[in-house]
Amino acid sequence: MSKEMIEIRWHGRGGQGVVTAGKLLAETAMGTGQYFQAFPDFGPERMGAPVRSFTRLSSKPIYIHSQIENPDVVLVLDPTLLGTVPVTEGLKEDGILIVNTSMSPEEVRRMTGFRTGKVFTVDASHIAIEEMGREITNTPMLGAFARATGLFDLDALEHQVREWFREKVSPSVVEANIRVLRRAAQEIQEG
Amino acid sequence: MSKYEALTGDQAVATAMRQINPDVVAAYPITPQTETVEFFAEYVANGEVTTEFICVESEHSAMSACVGASLAGARVMTATSSQGLALMWEIVYIAASYRCPIVMSLVNRALSGPINIHCDHSDVMGMRDSGWIILFSENCQEAYDNIIQAVRIAEHPDVLLPVVVCQDGFITSHAMERVEVYDDAEVQAFVGTYRPKWSILDVDNPKTYGALHFYDYYYESKRQQAEAMAHAQRPILEVTNEFNRQFNRHYGLFEAYRLDDADVAIVVANSTAGTTKVVVDSLRAQGLKVGLLKPRVFRPFPAKELANALCHLKAVGVMDRSIAFGSMNNAGPLFLELTAALAIHGVHIPIADYIFGLGGRDIKPGEIESVYRDLLRIAETGKVERLVTYLSVRE
Repeated sequence: MSKEMIEIRWHGRGGQGVVTAGKLLAETAMGTGQYFQAFPDFGPERMGAPVRSFTRLSSKPIYIHSQIENPDVVLVLDPTLLGTVPVTEGLKEDGILIVNTSMSPEEVRRMTGFRTGKVFTVDASHIAIEEMGREITNTPMLGAFARATGLFDLDALEHQVREWFREKVSPSVVEANIRVLRRAAQEIQEG
Repeated sequence: MSKYEALTGDQAVATAMRQINPDVVAAYPITPQTETVEFFAEYVANGEVTTEFICVESEHSAMSACVGASLAGARVMTATSSQGLALMWEIVYIAASYRCPIVMSLVNRALSGPINIHCDHSDVMGMRDSGWIILFSENCQEAYDNIIQAVRIAEHPDVLLPVVVCQDGFITSHAMERVEVYDDAEVQAFVGTYRPKWSILDVDNPKTYGALHFYDYYYESKRQQAEAMAHAQRPILEVTNEFNRQFNRHYGLFEAYRLDDADVAIVVANSTAGTTKVVVDSLRAQGLKVGLLKPRVFRPFPAKELANALCHLKAVGVMDRSIAFGSMNNAGPLFLELTAALAIHGVHIPIADYIFGLGGRDIKPGEIESVYRDLLRIAETGKVERLVTYLSVRE
């Protein structure tokens, strides 16, 4: 993607780190000299309830403070949201949809009716459970995002993930996050 | 050396408060309070500041504690929002009348009812005549910068008035943006050490606060308060200019964006001014001469300066994020005051009001563009057909 400003919407469930993912992406953008905005859906957040989060990335200062209605990229962190929440609502025709699911991109296209743009799938839940023993899908989806959009290289993202988690979790958990990031970028499928 | 950090508006304010390291912070940490107080409490717990943090049992008590501490000669700060400010009401007036240089961060959110925690300006507009200096902030950076300046403005010997720094609830308070955070030492050097002119703890020079003033002296104390506000603009600009020089910024009483050669302009405060800049650029690219005026200092109201900045226009649209119920045409407070200012200063141009975004209703570039189209029509005909328009409301 090579637009001046990229607008991103994240879908997940409360407790899955949707807001953290948006902020992590914003901090990565800052690390590469870009401007950003990251904001949550302005509503109450409850564990397990569908939540959204938004990120704007730009090479120039961002002045707009409206909500994002027509995202360039949509990321779905929880596979059970497909068919429950209108995840492709407002997604630009040439936009990118990235879904955590064991389904193929073609199946996701059938389910969502999103026939244009690009669809990527990655089984982030499976990767997270294998590597971390918990279904935390925000870091693997960041790896998928980097790969699907080409906006960041994985090394920059890895650096940011390390910085973010270093003081919050044990070194072994930091390394597990790096593994899921890299695996998701490798195992992603396009269709 | 300054550095860039990814901060929400709440974090940006808390960061400024950490760097300022006030003597006393009193706050009530519950909805509709913001995370600012939570972040600051962490700084206190970690020993990053030496502030006496007073956890009180209500917002009314928070402002009461602030007044007491300020009269004792402390540098005092607090933070609140919406209903919290409403509960402070009684003491908000008292803080100004005792000339307490308290600095308050106010995240603008709607007043109940119905219950709502989202952005509009009804909270601050309720305190507009309470005697506080009021500053607006477009984004997280401006909220941070304004808080630092507010300390110096409030404590300026020619001011001695409390200052409230506003930013939009959720839209910037909960949004993470790139913020240039200055070196701690630089901020500390800028705000300096507070040397109160008077203190109730100065037993050698006893003072009385909160005494009865009936018809004998009350009037005089109010007259003096008006005098303080009337002379606050010069010191505000002194502090602002010093800040601009030191931190390479361009603040003033307001920001004029592509205004000089504009035919029509919108006047709007806080985050919506940012969105309006995007619309200005896009309409300018189509050859339309549109501009923006973003108020920063709302109290004291810079009537003459605003009239001068707008007098060349063919039409002005004010966007108000609150309603002054029962006022002329149920318009917004900014419109009412600006209309009066233009009339008094002999600027007779068509002006219209656009109410928007109450209770956090999103304001989109397309809606702002519709305001400019309306203003361009008004400029052509010279006629305002509808004085007050409610944007994007179901009627």
